[in-house]
Amino acid sequence: MSSTVTDSIRALLAEHARLGVDVASLSDTDDLYTAGMTSHASVTVMLACEDEWDVEFPQQMLKKSTFASIANIRAALAELEVEGASA
Amino acid sequence: MAEGGAPYTTPDDLRTTLEEAGVFRTTAVDGVYHRSWDWERVLRGVEQHVMGKRVATDAPRRWFPPVMPREEFLKTDYLRSFPDLVGSIDVFDGTDKEHRALLAVLEDGGDWTSHLTPGEVVLPSSVCHPLYGTLPTDVPEDGLDEECSGWSFRHEPSLDPARMQMFRIYEYVRIGTPAQALAHRDEWLDRGLAALGELGLPVRSEAANDPFFGRVGKMLAANQLESSLKYEMVVDLTDVRPTAIGSSNYHEDHFGDTFGLHLADGTPAHSSCIGFGLDRITLALFAVHGVDVAGWPAEVRSALQC
Repeated sequence: MSSTVTDSIRALLAEHARLGVDVASLSDTDDLYTAGMTSHASVTVMLACEDEWDVEFPQQMLKKSTFASIANIRAALAELEVEGASA
Repeated sequence: MAEGGAPYTTPDDLRTTLEEAGVFRTTAVDGVYHRSWDWERVLRGVEQHVMGKRVATDAPRRWFPPVMPREEFLKTDYLRSFPDLVGSIDVFDGTDKEHRALLAVLEDGGDWTSHLTPGEVVLPSSVCHPLYGTLPTDVPEDGLDEECSGWSFRHEPSLDPARMQMFRIYEYVRIGTPAQALAHRDEWLDRGLAALGELGLPVRSEAANDPFFGRVGKMLAANQLESSLKYEMVVDLTDVRPTAIGSSNYHEDHFGDTFGLHLADGTPAHSSCIGFGLDRITLALFAVHGVDVAGWPAEVRSALQC
C-alpha cells in the first residue's frame, strides 16, 4: 500500500518540485533540496500534497525538513493519518 | 544614552526628537514623512558613498520612477507572498456622466474610489522589481551586474520612523549561476558592513526572514531563515529591536523562473541583491550622530560630502 503513496509523492515532485534531476533517479531518502528543489518550489509541493490527500499540515510541520525527502513527506502524511502512508 | 546601548529607548522617542528638530515632518498618515533638506543632503551623500563601493565598474546604473508596469509587478509573484504590503494605483477613466456620478458619491461621503479602475502601473514593492523584465532572457556566461536606485512602497502604517511606507533603496543586483549569485550576496554583505562602518554606524549582520503572508508565508519564512537566504545589516537605534538598514538576499531561481531568464543550459538563472536602505541609513545617522549635521564626526561628514 505504501508504495502507492510513494508513487503519488514522486508524481507530485515531478510536476511541482522543479528538480534538476529525474525524480526516478532519487532514492526515498535523497535530499530534495540538494537535488535542486527551491524554497518556493517546496511550498508548491506542500500545497499539492494538501490538495492530493485533502489534509492540512499543522504549523509545526511547515518547515524545511518536512519536505526534505520522499521518506520525510511520507512520514508527515503518516502523521496526518493518510491511508497507506505508514511504513 | 547608556554606554554601548541604543541611542533611544523607543521608536516614539526617536521620532519625536527628529520631528522637534525639523529633520522630518509627520503627516496625517502614519509612516508618510516630509523630509527636510538636511535629511535629503545626507541621503544623497549616503547614495554617493554606497555607489563608490562598486566593483563591477561596467554595470549599468538606473534610477527608477516610483511606479512600475502592472504586468511586470505580477511576474515578481509579490502578490502571492506579500498581498498585505501591495500598493496598486487606480485611475479615473470615465465620461462626464461618470465623473458627475463620482462627485455625487463623494458629496454623500460614499466610496468614490468605486468609480476608479486599476491603472497600468503599481507601486514597486522593492527597487529591483522593475529591473528583471528589462533584462536579456539569455543570461551570459559571466552573469549580469546591475545597479538600481528608486522608491519602494509597502503598506504597513506605523509610527516607528524606521517603518516608512515609501522609502528609497540602492541595490547591487547579480543574475547568473547559483555560485555567481551566492558569491555576490556574500561578498557584498562584507563590503556593505564595511561601507556602513565608515559612516560611524555600529552595524552587524543577522540572518533574517521576510514577513511572508499567511500559512504558506510561515513556511517560506522558516525556509528562508533555515537556508540562510537573507542577511540583514542591523544597528541598534532603540532598545525595542534592532533596525535593519540594509539586506543581502539570495533569491535562488525565483526571478529567473518568473521572468524567463535562463542560463546557457536552459535552466532558470539565479539572482541575488544587496539593498542599502537609503532612508533607513539616513535615519540611523541622525539617531547615532545627533540631529545637528554640523556636529557630526569629521570623517563621517567627509564620507558623506556634507
